[in-house]
Amino acid sequence: MNAELAQTPLHSWHVRNGGRMVDFAGWSMPVQYSSLVEEHHATRRAAGLFDVSHMGRFRIAGEGTAAFLDRLVTRRVADLEVGQIRYALVCNEKGGVLDDVLVYRLAEEGGEPFFWMVVNAGNRAKIANWIKARLAKQSPAKVSFRDETAETAMIAVQGPAALVIAAPVCDANPAELDYYTGAVTQALGQWAIVSRTGYTGEDGCEIIVPAEAGLEVWEKVLQQAKTIDVPEPGVKPAGLGARDTLRLEAAMPLYGHELTEGINPLQAGLKFAVNLKDREFVGRDAIAGFQDDAAMLVRVGLELSGRRAARQGYTIFAEDRQVGEVTSGAFSPTLERPIAMGYVAREASRVGTPLEVDIRGRRESAQVGKLPFYRRKT
Amino acid sequence: MKPQDLLFAPTHEWIHVEKDGGKAVGTVGISAFAVEQLSDLVFLELPEVGRQVKAGESLGEIESVKSVSDIYSPVSGEVIEVNSGLPDKLETLQEDAFGAGWIVKLKVADESELDKLLDYAAYQKQCEEAG
Repeated sequence: MNAELAQTPLHSWHVRNGGRMVDFAGWSMPVQYSSLVEEHHATRRAAGLFDVSHMGRFRIAGEGTAAFLDRLVTRRVADLEVGQIRYALVCNEKGGVLDDVLVYRLAEEGGEPFFWMVVNAGNRAKIANWIKARLAKQSPAKVSFRDETAETAMIAVQGPAALVIAAPVCDANPAELDYYTGAVTQALGQWAIVSRTGYTGEDGCEIIVPAEAGLEVWEKVLQQAKTIDVPEPGVKPAGLGARDTLRLEAAMPLYGHELTEGINPLQAGLKFAVNLKDREFVGRDAIAGFQDDAAMLVRVGLELSGRRAARQGYTIFAEDRQVGEVTSGAFSPTLERPIAMGYVAREASRVGTPLEVDIRGRRESAQVGKLPFYRRKT
Repeated sequence: MKPQDLLFAPTHEWIHVEKDGGKAVGTVGISAFAVEQLSDLVFLELPEVGRQVKAGESLGEIESVKSVSDIYSPVSGEVIEVNSGLPDKLETLQEDAFGAGWIVKLKVADESELDKLLDYAAYQKQCEEAG
């Protein structure tokens, strides 16, 4: 293992507990502990615990922050109330996606208001620099930026039993938070942000605590899991492998796959995260121009008929015509067949369209499927 | 079969050679270490009987939920038998990678190629360094 890799506050726990550590965006992270499929099923049926401390966490505060962020991201955030969280995109002037982020509006328990942003690990430096460059132009400087990634830990508890096992750890009961809201509270006596968010298609919460409290929170949630009855295979720590198959089934885009600087939010099917009307933000005019672009490839889901998965970079065909490329694919543990996402020409994007994917030299039949592949019963 | 009786390629395939008349026949599989690393297997593609392969050429592919890997032939030869029941019973690889989980039998073309393979101790050392 490369000694240069960053380690989360839970790193030694992962190593002690059989985590297979891999380099992910410069971090040493567990891809799985025992079986990816078991960790996946645990999350769908009971709960999975994910160390997501590698994700970037920024505190942005001061007079004018709301207006500043509103010009930075594709979605209106100036109107966020304290406690609300919104998924949004940071785009460049050409409308290409620099990152997909969560913007939180919060207030400390003493009342001090601030914004919080969670960004992808691989884009942390890029987005921090992007924000700082824009802040450098403000005069007088009132908005402050602080990268609090290293000093905090972030744990995602996801699945039908997630809120039950997380609740005893947090002063604010996550079950009483609405979906996509959060609060500054305490977890085991330490400062914490608890939010009803996640990246698995399941209900659940994410807990951010000071780095030194991370291990205690993690272990306490796992301990809680032993006190309740849950379906097999029970509550499990889950690695990046399961996180990827879970988000793929839930059709959530992953930066570097469905989102890149060469892709705009509209073709990615993220119109809900773009507010064009009466707003000025970086990339707005370019994105507005894509609204009528019939030539643009669009994101679709693919269902394959065999057992072989279509993976990133594989070419998609409609008869003999090359119509696009796969961006993510795996064998779906829930559906027990291969699923994928990719970009295809609009005329090949309708649900049910028969397509083929070149899987290492052999064409396998596929069809455009309805997204998400998996939706939890509510 | 005991792993100590096998030879290994650095790419995690094993071979066990027996003499059948004057001919050397090698049984080829993938190591228990490789099976564990792949985990959650979903698909195995076998070669056709009669196919000639060179050492290091792909014999087939094995796919897990997360990734796909080639199975490389440890030596040159002709595929004379495949474990045709294995793709439908991939758990056999988890249970007995060095026995019932064999993948193909090869008529070994050049026995001197066996000298380039690793014994179990050397292979284990490689795995420890990788793990």
